[in-house]
Amino acid sequence: MISTTITLDQFLRAINETLYMVGFSLLIGSLIGIPIGILLVVTRPGGVLKNKIVYQVLNPIINIVRSLPFIILMVAIIPFTRLIVQTSIGTSAAIVPLIIFISPFIGRLVENSLLEVNPGIVEAAEAMGATPFQVIWYFLLPEAFGSLILSLTTATIGLIGATAMAGTVGGGGIGDLAIVFGYQRFDTFVMVTTVVVLIIFVQSIQSAGNVLARKVRRH
Amino acid sequence: MAMIELKDVCKTYFRQGITNEALKDIQLTVEKGDIYGVIGYSGAGKSTLIRLVNYLEKPTSGQVFVEGKALDSFTVRELRTVKKGIGMIFQHFNLLNSKSVYHNVALPLILSKKSKREINARVTELLEFVGLSDKASSFPNELSGGQKQRVGIARALASNPSILLCDEATSALDPQTTRSILQLLKKINIEYNITIMIITHEMSVIQEICNKVAVMEKGEIIEQGTVLEVFGHPQHPTTKTFVETVIHKSIPPSVKRLIKMENGSRIYSLEIIGDRASEPLVDSLIRSHDVKVNILFANISELQDTTLVNMYLQLQGEPSAIDKAIVYLTNNGAVMKEVVEK
Repeated sequence: MISTTITLDQFLRAINETLYMVGFSLLIGSLIGIPIGILLVVTRPGGVLKNKIVYQVLNPIINIVRSLPFIILMVAIIPFTRLIVQTSIGTSAAIVPLIIFISPFIGRLVENSLLEVNPGIVEAAEAMGATPFQVIWYFLLPEAFGSLILSLTTATIGLIGATAMAGTVGGGGIGDLAIVFGYQRFDTFVMVTTVVVLIIFVQSIQSAGNVLARKVRRH
Repeated sequence: MAMIELKDVCKTYFRQGITNEALKDIQLTVEKGDIYGVIGYSGAGKSTLIRLVNYLEKPTSGQVFVEGKALDSFTVRELRTVKKGIGMIFQHFNLLNSKSVYHNVALPLILSKKSKREINARVTELLEFVGLSDKASSFPNELSGGQKQRVGIARALASNPSILLCDEATSALDPQTTRSILQLLKKINIEYNITIMIITHEMSVIQEICNKVAVMEKGEIIEQGTVLEVFGHPQHPTTKTFVETVIHKSIPPSVKRLIKMENGSRIYSLEIIGDRASEPLVDSLIRSHDVKVNILFANISELQDTTLVNMYLQLQGEPSAIDKAIVYLTNNGAVMKEVVEK
């Protein structure tokens, strides 16, 4: 008989919390990060909307945020989190730093995906008299679509890793379960189960991303 | 009215403190209906030159006129409208790999916000014109190089341009495919009355379809004119090198070795252009003059539907008889030049 200190209910709730944190911050993070990535590509020197000021402000900001490990970022911005969600503990309180953590990351990934697009495509678009918006919408984004899906897959997996630390601010989730029960209470069963669940999560997300990317890629 | 005119155009790049003069004092006029070829080695500045015509590159100084209007007088928005009247095709096709052939051709029309029905009619017509009706739902990676370029051409024609720019459009294709693409370009020139400007490093492209040519070297146009003039009488060494790749004009070395220069024989180069080339000139020379004729080399080329004959003749006989023979040939339309052979 397996002996464990948690109930199935607790376990399911932890999975739920993780999905909530990942899903929500991925959604908001993409809404912020994708435009950032596009902005980085179009404002860079030689881009279709080249703008030295925007590029040279945006670029270091992203680097600064990206240089902080999530755990430090999370505690460093507690006052800001409190301002936004009126609390500094709980799942919602974890989401604010998660979004701030993942947005610039998504921005960078999107930038890289868009930069992979053959510059000849952009030249062809400009030769057709496309507006900068049309260049982005009809040429860059469709051509980078497969690569963008893979980028978001990477971001999602990065988010799962970050949520493990959300327990520090009482965010809950599978990672928290592993630390509090598996590690601190020596519950091997919880430890093993959470590891297995995390592996399944990451594997299925990566596979889904790969399949989807291959489907839209065509080349 | 000239379709394309470049006046005193210079283009200089400044990069990391190094200035690079890509184009120097370019004067160039393309008339309506021309197929204008620009030839040069890589780095000669021809890519930059063609990009000035649709303002993908702006000149550092000088002006570019399209259909009589100076491009620097337009706003960015107006320039986009001008660009819709200039189609462009590329060496590496630059098609959207993520989209079907149909969608690729439809793109310029989508950008112009045309109705679905209008787009459908135009794309169907264009695909038929380039011979790819059955490939509408294929994707570019399923096509051969020649087929991709046909899609590129259909896309370039979608917005009914009056000018088509070809940037090394056949350089990535094999000779046979090149020929079929060139025939298609010629058809476009004739049927749609579209003025074409081609840049290439292949003289055969110029020979096959161009009526005018400019030769570029180190950012300058070193020679320009009708293909017949430039091919017939190349002045600059680089032009001569290019011309020699398609028109053979020298005595083969094996023949040279065997030439016997005995009792006052002389060697002449002979050139005839046009209808006269079909007359039996050498035969009538032998029948009417007391000279021995030894043909060392002969070549006939076709340029712009005109025949170009190049020969090397060794004439033997009395000096006065040879002189008379030369006068006879010259009077019959041949350009004679004495060649001193060692």
